[in-house]
Amino acid sequence: MSAARTHNRAGRMALNAAAYAVTVFLLLPTLIIAPMSVGPERLLSFPPKGFSLRWYAAYFEDSDWLRATLFSAEAGLISAVCATLIGTMLALALVRGRLPGKGFIELLVIGPVIVPHIALAVAMFLVFEQLRLTGTLLGFAMAHTVLALPFVVFTVLAALYRFDVDLERAALSCGAGPIRAFRHVTLPLIAPGLVSAALFAFIISFDEAVVSFFISDLDRKTLPRKMFEDIDFNISPTLAAVATMLTALTILALLLGYGLKRSLERRARAAGTAPDPGP
Amino acid sequence: MSARRPSRFRLGGRRYSPAASLALAAPFLLLVAIIFILPLATLLHESLFVPAPTTEHYARAFAEPVYLRVMLRTLRIAALVTALALLLAWPMAWVMSRSRGLGLALLAAAVLLPLWTSVLVRTYAWMVLLQRNGVVNQLLQQLGLTEAPIRLLYTEGAVVLAMAHVLLPFMVLPIYSALKGIPEDYPRAAQMLGASPWATFREVIWPLALPGVTSGCLMVFLLALGFFVTPALIGGPQQMMIATLVSQQVREMLDWPFAGALVGILLVFVLALTLLFKRAVRLDRFVGSA
Repeated sequence: MSAARTHNRAGRMALNAAAYAVTVFLLLPTLIIAPMSVGPERLLSFPPKGFSLRWYAAYFEDSDWLRATLFSAEAGLISAVCATLIGTMLALALVRGRLPGKGFIELLVIGPVIVPHIALAVAMFLVFEQLRLTGTLLGFAMAHTVLALPFVVFTVLAALYRFDVDLERAALSCGAGPIRAFRHVTLPLIAPGLVSAALFAFIISFDEAVVSFFISDLDRKTLPRKMFEDIDFNISPTLAAVATMLTALTILALLLGYGLKRSLERRARAAGTAPDPGP
Repeated sequence: MSARRPSRFRLGGRRYSPAASLALAAPFLLLVAIIFILPLATLLHESLFVPAPTTEHYARAFAEPVYLRVMLRTLRIAALVTALALLLAWPMAWVMSRSRGLGLALLAAAVLLPLWTSVLVRTYAWMVLLQRNGVVNQLLQQLGLTEAPIRLLYTEGAVVLAMAHVLLPFMVLPIYSALKGIPEDYPRAAQMLGASPWATFREVIWPLALPGVTSGCLMVFLLALGFFVTPALIGGPQQMMIATLVSQQVREMLDWPFAGALVGILLVFVLALTLLFKRAVRLDRFVGSA
């Protein structure tokens, strides 16, 4: 028995070691870029030979980089708003409605995830040329909204499943109209889900590289497209600065989203209702 | 995705009427029709009806050894990436499912941060690490494993490694959620009844984890098949996969019908796999966890 236990403990330690090794493998490549980005030399090295912010300055002094960043931010904001709105409406219809052809619609929801992005990108490139949508904010916003919708719909569906319908029923039986009941009872309670959904949609749009690669044009391009060009051309050190800032921004966004979600949940609980903690 | 507890979602016995439901779904349907269905249909139409109704573009993809090689390489790399990701994901998912508090938070952050970090950032990181004078080559030289820097970029090994890194979260999360559902009593009971650790794994843990493993493998394999950014930058033209070939046909050859045929082949593959494992495609695992 004790031999088996020792054996077990050794096995457990090996598994733990393997798990933490994989953790390092997951994080290290992205995090090692940060110290390398402050090196003064053109050839990035680790550890950096000195400290310099010149690659960060190179980013902020280049109007091409700034324009691409701004364009990505615009596309991301519009996509986040549109995807959250359209996705929430669809999720409501799926959960509470009587929707003809529901199975087909569910297949459409998951479509943009299953269909490889290269297929979609090339197909959109073909059609966008004819519709004169290439390189336009409208084109990017529509394309990224479609790519973000599956994640939005699933996030909102999860929030709706967790929501206790009796609360809305109580509002209705107390004389509130369906719209008022939705606005004052349902909406505040599913708000944390909507915040997560909008955040997902923004990040998906902001990071989206493949479709952007095809539907950009020379002066209207997103940040990932600009990065793609620079990587393909030469492994320029400015990219290390951009990559570091993007990683920091992602960490910040995830923390912010988490905090916002928690505070919305607290407020919902304080309103006298305890949302189901979920599965 | 269907309502698991449908009775809870009736509002006082009333549900939205079909007309109201359709109105709520209309913006989605309209957008998807213009931005999803129309483009794909136009592209597939190119591949089958340009210049005249024909299957020659499809036949060409299978007849010419260059293209056949690209497709076989795509399948091989996708399979290798899936296997490597499974190997790396298992210990991580297992330890995650058995930890709490700070340990769990650290492991979860390690999975979620890469999931939401730009693919380009992660691919760029690998290029910096693997280039001729990069960190990995320096390390190999210092350890005395090689004398001169060796070529790491543009090799199949580099593509597999970087893709497994990029796709790993899609393997860890489903396996984690399957493993978390196994009560700790089960393996303990098996061992008390005299099962060896290996027998416990084979008879108790593996069968219960299988839905998560299937889901993870399917997600990673599907994403790997159509992956563009990482193979294009890390593999270069030497290690061309189907997505890079499609891009080349469109951007350099301007051969839309052939590009359409390649996309058609890719789509048939992906759709067949999806329908075969319909229940394994679960997006909720990726959105529920952050």
